[in-house]
Amino acid sequence: MLLAELSEAMGVSGHENEVRRIIRRELDALGLSSETDALGNVLTRARSAHGSPDAPGAQRQAPRVLVTAHMDEVGFIVSRIEESGVLRFKAVGGIDHRLLPGKAVWIGPKRVAGVIGSKPIHLTEASARTQAPEAKDLYIDIGAKNKSEAEKAVSVGDFATFASRFETWHDRLFKGKALDDRCGCYMLLQILKKAIEEDWPTEVHAAFTAQEEIGLRGAGVAAYRVDPDIALVLEVTTCADTPGTDPHGQSTVLGHGPALTFMDARHIPDRHLVRHLVATAERHHIPYQWKRTTMGGTDAGAIHKVRGGVLTASLSLPGRYIHGPSALVSKTDLEHGLALASAFLRELPESWPHLARVSNEQTNVRQERAERE
Amino acid sequence: MSAARTHVSNDQLELLSRLVAACGPSGQEEPVRQIVEPAAAPFARSVKTDALGNLLVHCGNPDGKRVLVAAHMDEIGIIVTHIDDQGFLRFAPLGGMSPQVLLGQRMQFANGTVGVVGIEHDENMKEPKLERMFVDIGAQSAAEAQEAVQLGDAATFAGGLSVAGDQLVGKALDDRLGCWVALQALQRLHAEAASLHHHVTFAFTVQEEVGLRGAGPAAYAMEPAVGLAIDVTPTGDTPKSRHLPVALGKGVAIKVIDRSLICHPGLRRLLIDTAVQNNIAHQHEVLPYGGTDAGPIHLSRGGVPSGVLSLPIRNLHTPGERARLSDAMAAVDLLVAVLKTPLAFAAA
Repeated sequence: MLLAELSEAMGVSGHENEVRRIIRRELDALGLSSETDALGNVLTRARSAHGSPDAPGAQRQAPRVLVTAHMDEVGFIVSRIEESGVLRFKAVGGIDHRLLPGKAVWIGPKRVAGVIGSKPIHLTEASARTQAPEAKDLYIDIGAKNKSEAEKAVSVGDFATFASRFETWHDRLFKGKALDDRCGCYMLLQILKKAIEEDWPTEVHAAFTAQEEIGLRGAGVAAYRVDPDIALVLEVTTCADTPGTDPHGQSTVLGHGPALTFMDARHIPDRHLVRHLVATAERHHIPYQWKRTTMGGTDAGAIHKVRGGVLTASLSLPGRYIHGPSALVSKTDLEHGLALASAFLRELPESWPHLARVSNEQTNVRQERAERE
Repeated sequence: MSAARTHVSNDQLELLSRLVAACGPSGQEEPVRQIVEPAAAPFARSVKTDALGNLLVHCGNPDGKRVLVAAHMDEIGIIVTHIDDQGFLRFAPLGGMSPQVLLGQRMQFANGTVGVVGIEHDENMKEPKLERMFVDIGAQSAAEAQEAVQLGDAATFAGGLSVAGDQLVGKALDDRLGCWVALQALQRLHAEAASLHHHVTFAFTVQEEVGLRGAGPAAYAMEPAVGLAIDVTPTGDTPKSRHLPVALGKGVAIKVIDRSLICHPGLRRLLIDTAVQNNIAHQHEVLPYGGTDAGPIHLSRGGVPSGVLSLPIRNLHTPGERARLSDAMAAVDLLVAVLKTPLAFAAA
């Protein structure tokens, strides 16, 4: 199963190779050529038989649309090997350090097995027992007897992820690591497939991006190259629908449909574009919800500021316990997210004039720039 | 320091009042754009809105040196994230909103809905947290609230501009006063078109308060040779204030540095020299925090020499921002005067 394979692939930020390999294989199977740019983003496009928009810079008859999902996941990097053979490490991306003690990890491409260790509780000071140890006080134990034995298996700079197998629960929940944002990658591959099979009138540019988790680094470069009018970011977002959370603190609720965002820490989506997504969902009777907290950022935070500005929105699947070994994502949320993104993209050429309030002006600015150049 | 009374027509004061009263939180600047656009159009060669909502107003010689002058349309506010069963609104801040200032304020939405900010009861009220606050719009159920306000709608401080002689008090003078200065300069440059040799684009930008987001794309599109921002700056002239050099009523402040840029020294020297030559009241600004649209502008493409004309302001990011009309008019005078120079200055 493709989603299982994507979830279990190791792709800590900056080391997305395994994920890239799967995605390129799938693109090949769809007959799509792709390129990998300097930062490791994979770029492709599903051309429409209805004709391709014009070259960059020229006035466009149809909007150029970019859909993105990030390949990378949060994880760890080995920073030092102790004389005793245990590994010190740093977190890559936002990881809740309270989760760490006792978790199994895979290290490096050979997936060396390790476990995150900490001082046993009976040896800690009383004051330390009320606080979770921080990453700097933890280590990874790979069972090596000493430094030289450890060095045969791993080296400083190796990356590690939570060791976690993908599972499907009750045919309605996906459990696994890196569902943020391999679910997005999976949806984007399905979108490209549908665009080809259903012969959409929309040419879909796609970017599977690198290094989102450490500061939205890949997406800006990818968007610069594609130079889109509109961008849609496929994501997995937090889901605090768990005991003890006030309703106004619950960002999303699992199973209530894909989430639309009116604001996060890095981006305020265009109101017309978001309203248009809502109208699309309502027209097709696809459930959706609002992301009700404004924390965090997605690739949209980088993409919307590229070049002269890009109309950008994000579509996020609720995910419980993301950035941990066992995230939970709802199967129906994924299906509805895919349906909503597909309907939006398929109908974009028709709906473009309604969104063109600002976009035509953008075309003018683009044109003026092209004339000058 | 010149204390000369600058004549400002009632029409222009009325324009400033409308700009200040408009509800234009970051990301929802339409009401401001709807005031700026018709005010600018008669004096512009063309007016365009870009993908993010920046209003780009072109004037001067299309073949001349390209100059970008940015003033931001947005103001700080709050955005509705949840409506509870009783019809109370929960929210997140838009921009630098202080919980102490916000509590008890009247807030307005673009559709005219007015609410008051309240807080959950707690024995410890010393540190009011935004997470515990709500907006009461008087609704008695979620359904009633939703008739007036939707998730994602944003509100700003309510209230209009008070004018008494040279004294201005109101919300959102940051940066509607800058927008107004830009519009005054545009109008004056139109009247003196023969002496303007540059292609000047006034960018009325969006989303400055949430991280200087609009100005970068505007600069990318216009590819200017020189960048200027017109924005406000906090003063150090109130009791036990921070140690800041700028004072109210001492003229336009010429920025040296803030957290977003070091102003181009050649351009800054040109601004100072131009102010001196034209007897324009001015002062120097060093701000150890904060940023303006000149930040992203100076880093656009291969780099843009950039500077900032700052308007001194007290009580920044409160409903009672205080500024002086004479400081704003000094900024207009300096902006017009410098744009009429060849904009030749020494390299950094």
